[in-house]
Formats: sequence, structure tokens, C-alpha cells
Amino acid sequence: MSHVHDHDADHESVYAGLTGGDDSRWAFGTDFEDPLAGIDTTLPDGVDAAALSQYCLMLGDDALIYSHRLSQWASNAPDLEEDIALANVALDLLGQARLLLVRAAAADGDLVPALPEGSPVPDEDALAFFRDEAAFRNVRFVEPENGDFAVTMARLLVFSTFRLAVMQRLVGSHDTVLSAIAAKAVKELTYHRDYAGRWFLTLAQGTGESRRRLLAALTLVWPLYDELFRTHPVEALLAEQGVGVDPAAVADDVAVLLEQVFSVSGTDRPDVPAAGPVGTGMGRDGMHSEAMGPLLAEMQVVARAHPSGRW
Amino acid sequence: MTAASEVSREGEQALLAAFDRTIARNDRIEPRDWMPEKYRSTLVRQIAQHAHSEIIGMQPEGNWLTRVPSLRRKAILLAKVQDEAGHGLYLYSACETLGVSRRELTEKLIDGKQKYSSIFNYPTLSYADVGTIGWLVDGAAICNQVPLCRTSYGPYGRAMIRICKEESFHQRQGFELLSTMMRGTDEQRASVQESVDRFWWPALMMFGPPDAASPNTEQSMRWGIKRDTNDELRQKFVDMSVPQAAALGVTLPDPDLAWNEERGHHDFGQPDWDEFYAVVKGGGPCNAQRLAHRRRAYDEGRWVREAAAAFAAKGA
Ligand SMILES: [Fe+2]
Ligand SMILES: [Fe+2]
Repeated sequence: MSHVHDHDADHESVYAGLTGGDDSRWAFGTDFEDPLAGIDTTLPDGVDAAALSQYCLMLGDDALIYSHRLSQWASNAPDLEEDIALANVALDLLGQARLLLVRAAAADGDLVPALPEGSPVPDEDALAFFRDEAAFRNVRFVEPENGDFAVTMARLLVFSTFRLAVMQRLVGSHDTVLSAIAAKAVKELTYHRDYAGRWFLTLAQGTGESRRRLLAALTLVWPLYDELFRTHPVEALLAEQGVGVDPAAVADDVAVLLEQVFSVSGTDRPDVPAAGPVGTGMGRDGMHSEAMGPLLAEMQVVARAHPSGRW
Repeated sequence: MTAASEVSREGEQALLAAFDRTIARNDRIEPRDWMPEKYRSTLVRQIAQHAHSEIIGMQPEGNWLTRVPSLRRKAILLAKVQDEAGHGLYLYSACETLGVSRRELTEKLIDGKQKYSSIFNYPTLSYADVGTIGWLVDGAAICNQVPLCRTSYGPYGRAMIRICKEESFHQRQGFELLSTMMRGTDEQRASVQESVDRFWWPALMMFGPPDAASPNTEQSMRWGIKRDTNDELRQKFVDMSVPQAAALGVTLPDPDLAWNEERGHHDFGQPDWDEFYAVVKGGGPCNAQRLAHRRRAYDEGRWVREAAAAFAAKGA
């Protein structure tokens, strides 16, 4: 004990912060640093703006919807450390989604839903909250309810391994904006994949119950796996132009990486049939699963009640 | 009486004298220092109750996480709820330095043997409540907690310094949300006012019953665990909130609220203390729901915690 502290200085400074009138000091801890600062945001020559916009929606919607799902773990996780970690992953993905939606709107403003004259709603929010289900371009993989912690970890492992592989290639995009977004995402997704991988191994080798649940989780998650690697014409076009990534091109890498996790964990890649399309459409075409409607209804309800709202 | 116990009693008196001198000097007591058992148990009770409040406090705002109408606000709210989990973590760790595990405390919470702040037994009925909770509830929490940065127990005081900085972010974010909504549509303004009307009195209750009816205050003040009385803190909060309400353009729902030139403070009305005691005893709108949620999350997570423990044991 017994060294003299200057407790007063510590605590008085906190009070001072509350009553001071200098608004410029009101920093908001969660506003991400702008990764696009100093980057040329004009469209690269020879790129189809409408296609680029669609492509940004695809990658942005994956992150938006999955972030929404993961945020539902808040106050529900098995322990405080997991509550915090899952919120981190959700926050990272939300940050990626916002950048991509802003880029989508900048590339093709026609895509942004119309709002009442003079509405202050920014483009990213118009896209997130005022698009109908069929205009969402995310894969179905990110839509299902979270399930238990094993299902969540199995899904997170697959999703982050897939998205990391895409983003690693996207760093080389001719679109400097996509390249910058991808560079930021690679760091985040590496952490997400390692986090999920550690839990995958822990659950596989922890107790009989955790292993049983993990194997059940893999079977549950797997039917939507193949869709991740299905090439949409927009993805094919932009890959050809050196702007986007063809997901089919990362399929082998992802399979090898997952195989490593399976083999360390003593599990097998599930042998279950892939979920087919609806007619010819899947998530990237705006054909979603039954989970998507209720998710959007909840996510959009307040925003839609106030189309001229200021938040 | 044996010679040995004579010696140990003399030894204990010397320890108590050293403890009292440390308190008198406004110095910190650290985990390895000797402390009276009653001091230790009072601290455990207070820190645990505070930790539980952080964790239960994730629920009312978490209720709006999936409906936040702006992506920027969604990130802010998610980060705030995450901060509260972090606060719970620091505080449970401070309790662990007093020899009580997080698990023991969590089980006491879900068995209803330890309490948490009653404010979280009120429901969040509109999105504006997210702003009001930040402004008034985090604001009241700061008034309560800032003096605790100087509390006599070292690990608690240090945790509080960190927590208070984050709480003051939360308060600003809440205020900023409300002030943005007040610049929005008529419906938004009405929603802010309605929310402030609902939360003002419960926020005043957060400082606890009036001093005359507060049995624990005196001893805790002498030990430097508490630094200001309930009524002093409540006054401070009212004086701080009145100009902020004016800046927002909302009315505080208290007809007795008026500046008293002589006292240099605002006069204000008393909350309904019957309601306060009813909520403390479990009769608030959400008491059962909040505990059931925590119990469910704890029970559903058990197999995961067991798996982690089993896996760690294999590696060792
Ligand atoms: Fe907190
Ligand atoms: Fe807070």
C-alpha cells in the first residue's frame, strides 16, 4: 500500500469532460478511421459503373446481414469474453458493409432507393433500410438464425475463411477504393478466422457434448457452402476487368484451408447435398431463404417508419 | 484464553491501526494488505452489485440493437453494449482480488441473492430510449461513479477510472443522439420527450434512498468506500442535467424543479419512493425478465465453458 496517489486529478478530469462546452472534443469511440482518406475515389477507366455498384452491394450485403446476425449474440454469449469477441467481429463487418454500401451508391446512384424530398437519410442507410428483400445481393449462407455456439463458430469459420480469401485477392483490384477496403478487411478477417478456428478445435476436442454439437453444426451449415463459390455474371465481368474477384477462383484454397482445420480437429468435411436454387436464382440474384424476410422486417422497422428521420 | 490468541489479538489491533492510518491518509488498500472482514465483505457486495449492473444493463439497450435505424448509430450502440460487458469483466476481476470468483458471483445474481441497479428493470419502449439511457442513466452512473475513482480499495478505484472515461463517452453519445433527433421530425421530438418523461424519475432513484433512510452510507463513508451521500450526488445530477435539458429543448417532468438562488442549487421534487422499494423487491416491469435472460444465457453457455475447460486441461 502506501504510495501517495493523486486520485483527485484523475476523477476531476472526468467531470470536466461532462460539462465542458467545447463540442469539438466530443469524439465518438466507434467512428472508424476513414480508410479512404487520401484515396482517389473516381471510377477507374473502362469499368462498368452499374456492375461495380452491384458488386459492392454483394460484398457489402454479405457483411451487413452477417454482422446483424452476430450482433444478436450480445448479452447471450457463453461468457463475457465471447460476448466481447463476437461484438468485435460484428463491428468489423459492419464497418466493411458501410464502406462498401457508400462505394455502391457513389458508383451508381440509381441503385439508391428514393426517399421523400429533402430526406436527410444518407445513402448507406437508404440502401440498408429502404431496399426490399429482392434487391439484397448477399449469399444465403449469412441469413440463418445463429443457432447454438457450435453452429455460430462453424459458420464463422467457413464465412471468414471464404471472405478472407476473396479480400486477399481484392487487394489487387484496379479500383483503388475496393483495394483499400480489402486491405483493411484482410486484417480483420484474419482475426475472425483464427478466433473461429480456435473455438472449432476446442469444441471438437473439448467434451463429448461439444463434439456432438459441433458435428451437428457442420451438417447444418454445409448445405449453403457451395453457393459461396458460384459465380454471378457481375462477378465474372468484374473479375475479367481486374476489379473484382471470381469466387469460384478461391474455392480450392478455401477447401484446403478448411481441410487443415478439420484434420487438426479430427473432423470430416460433411457429406450432405447442397441447397439448390429457387428456380435459377440464389442470394446474389435476390432469391433468399425464409430467414431473410423476418430479419429485414426487424432491421428496417424504425427507419421505414421515419423516411425523413434524422438520426 | 491462551497466550497464542493474546498475541494474535494484539497483532490484529496493530494491523487495524495500520489500516485506519492508510484510510485516514486517503491512500489505497491493496489486495495483499490486511483489511477488516467487514470492509472486505462490504466491498465484495458493492463491487459485485456494480458488476451485475453492467451485465444486466446490456439487455435494455440490446433490445434495440437489431432495429437501430442508422448504420453509424448501430456501430455506436454495439460498441456501447460491448463496453458494458468489458466493465463487467474489470469489476468481476476486482472482486476476484478479494477472493470471490466470477462464477460464484454470477450464480448469486441468477439465484436472486445479489442485486443490480434497479434502473435496468424498466423497459426500453422506443428507440429514443437508447439516447435517454445514455444521457440520463449513464450520466447518473457517472455522478455515482466518479467519486469511486478515489475509493480506498486500489483495484476498484483503478477499474473505476477506466470505466468512468468510457461512461462519459456513452453519456455524450446518448446526448448527441437525442439532440440529433430533436432536429428531426415532429414525431421524433415527441418521442424524445416521451422517453425523457419515462426515465427522469427512475434516473433520480439511481442515487438510492434519501440519506435519512440509507443505512449503509455512514460506515461506507468512514471507510472511504463511498465518498458522497445519496442526496449530495442526486443534487449534483439535477444541477448538471437542467442546463443539458434546456440545450436539448426537452422539459423535465418535475413541476417543483426551480433554481434556488440562496442555496446555489436547483430545488426539485422527490421520486416515488414506494415505487423504488417495490422495484428493488422485484416488482418492477422487467425484474423477472432480466434475470430469466441472464439465467438462460448462463445455462445455455455451460456446455461451452465446460468444453473450454476440458480442452485446456488436455493441453496442460
Ligand atoms: Fe458501464
Ligand atoms: Fe455505460
